Amino acid sequence: MLVANRLRKSYGPSAVLEDVSLELREGQCLALLGPNGAGKTTLLRILATLLRPTAGTVTVGGVDAVKNPEAARAMMGMIAHGSHVYEDLTAIENLRFWTVMRGGDASPARLVAALQQVELDAVAGERVRTFSAGMKRRLALARVALGNARLLLLDEPFTGLDRQAQKWLGEFLMSFKAGGGAAIVATHTFGGGLGVADRVAILAGGRLLVDRSCADLSWDDVRRLYDSLTEANGSAA
Amino acid sequence: MTRALGWLAVVAVAAGLWAGFGYAPREVVQGNVQRIMYLHVPSVLTAYLAFGLVLVGSVGYLATRRNSFDRLASSAAEIGVLFTGITIVSGSIWGKPTWGTWWTWDARLTSTAVLFVVYVGYLLLRAMVEEPEARGRYAAVVGILGAANIPIVHFSVKWWRALHQPSTILGPEPSPIAAPIALALFVNWVALTLMFAYFLLRRMELARREEEALR
Amino acid sequence: MTQYARRAWIVLWKDLLTERRSKESLNALFFFSLLLLFLFQFALGPDRDQLRAALPGILWLGFILAGLLGLGRSFIAERQNDCWEGLVLTAGDKSAIYLGKLLGNVALMATVEVVLLVLFGFFFDVDLWPVLGPLVVVLALGTAGLAAVGTLFAAMTAQLRARELLFPVLLLPAQVPILLGAVSATQAVLLGQPLGEVAHWLKLLAGADVVYIVIGLLTFEFILEA
Repeated sequence: MLVANRLRKSYGPSAVLEDVSLELREGQCLALLGPNGAGKTTLLRILATLLRPTAGTVTVGGVDAVKNPEAARAMMGMIAHGSHVYEDLTAIENLRFWTVMRGGDASPARLVAALQQVELDAVAGERVRTFSAGMKRRLALARVALGNARLLLLDEPFTGLDRQAQKWLGEFLMSFKAGGGAAIVATHTFGGGLGVADRVAILAGGRLLVDRSCADLSWDDVRRLYDSLTEANGSAA
Repeated sequence: MTRALGWLAVVAVAAGLWAGFGYAPREVVQGNVQRIMYLHVPSVLTAYLAFGLVLVGSVGYLATRRNSFDRLASSAAEIGVLFTGITIVSGSIWGKPTWGTWWTWDARLTSTAVLFVVYVGYLLLRAMVEEPEARGRYAAVVGILGAANIPIVHFSVKWWRALHQPSTILGPEPSPIAAPIALALFVNWVALTLMFAYFLLRRMELARREEEALR
Repeated sequence: MTQYARRAWIVLWKDLLTERRSKESLNALFFFSLLLLFLFQFALGPDRDQLRAALPGILWLGFILAGLLGLGRSFIAERQNDCWEGLVLTAGDKSAIYLGKLLGNVALMATVEVVLLVLFGFFFDVDLWPVLGPLVVVLALGTAGLAAVGTLFAAMTAQLRARELLFPVLLLPAQVPILLGAVSATQAVLLGQPLGEVAHWLKLLAGADVVYIVIGLLTFEFILEA
């Protein structure tokens, strides 16, 4: 589904990412761990075609994402820090806008169903300006669910969510995987995220230090590995 | 190779100076000040050449994303603005004794002034965008729009002048153009074009080294 | 409706809806137009005939200044919550976004122009009714051009720190030919001349509009990249 090969991103003399390669198959979820400033967001943005790599290739569903970003974008969905919501529109208007922009079916029934899934149907007609951060994030989830993406890129999706919302996100990712989708979840805490992950990768100092399945690892194992690596690299945590 | 071009340009400029001051005859009506035309007209032609190259660089950069095109566009724009400035100043100096005023809203001066402002805007944009990739893209769009605007500005100014033409303004070119004047004009035009080419190559080389130093 | 048209339409819908809700831009622009009126009056003196003679110029100057304010805000909503990136991530021809924004801006400017015209007619005692038809034609052609370059440069400067400085610096030179053409044509129309007299100006304006809009459509995707 996704193949990134020897990605490098440098701004002038400093390299934010160095020789990063990873592969993701359908139905897999990768937890991308790393301290702040390690380059997780940069990596995700390159995979999402928002940034051009200085070197290396990205292939999404067989399409060269650097040369043909539009085709790649049709297959991907992203939830970043900002939730891509317009403050002056209502929840359902936001969904309508983004769904039509992605070329999807924006019939009211479908939009309401998506809002029901994230339990925002009660506030469908409220302006997003009045929403909490967690509600905006849930709205973003609904947007992504309507978008028919095959690859999801999530940048710190669990931060700012209460327990209930975190549970939803986990359930959503499970069913997304079951439907054949692939996802990368970038995070720097161990709160949510690891539960649904099949593989874990650790990015520190711009390099991918670990990339393996985590089925056989316990959370403590991963935590120890993470701590030792980030100490060794002296990266700010 | 660039150095040879530089020497050639020096020779051509010398020839141009001789042609303009020695060879060409003294103009009957305006006197010696008319000789500034040998700088003024080739200047504006060179400026147009420069902005044509800005267009080439802009389109090339958007199409290929190769930095060499961006360097061509930015270097040509800088030198083009320089020559446009020379055009305006030389036109102004010509105008004072000839028409008694430093500035007149005649079609060529006005168009040139608009051209100047458009490309100074281009340079300002480049100065104010830090990220090199965004800078190249935005500048390219301004470069394309600027070039597309040149004929539109030309016609709009020309027709606007036709509306407001005071009867005492003379055109900057003497008519009919006698053969020695035409020859002197041609020689100076070649000289200025060679000078432009030399500056351009040097500037592009400098830009390339700047880029490499920052890498 | 084709996909392209749907996307352009939904952008227009969103902007109109937002504007209707917040009324930020419209209110400020109406008030700004009124202020401009006072300033022109004070700057040009009480001589009525002098004002009438300068009317086409100050009318279009007013449109351009209002346009500087209104057009510059075209992409402000997109700067929040990473919506700009959200737009980049929607697959498909990005020029549909430009088209939607352009139509929204034309609607905004048309509204302001109507208000300005009414105010001018009232305060400077000019009867615009008999020449309304030809005047609307000139206004439409001029506004399309002003909005076309304005939308493009608004997108370009939206993400820059130096937005307030760069937007006018880039926009005003590009608008010079439209200004020249529109003022000349308006002058003729206000004197009661038929449109045929200024056909060459109208063709210039129309030609410029086409050039600017085509360039906008072709280059917008390069500006939209994050």
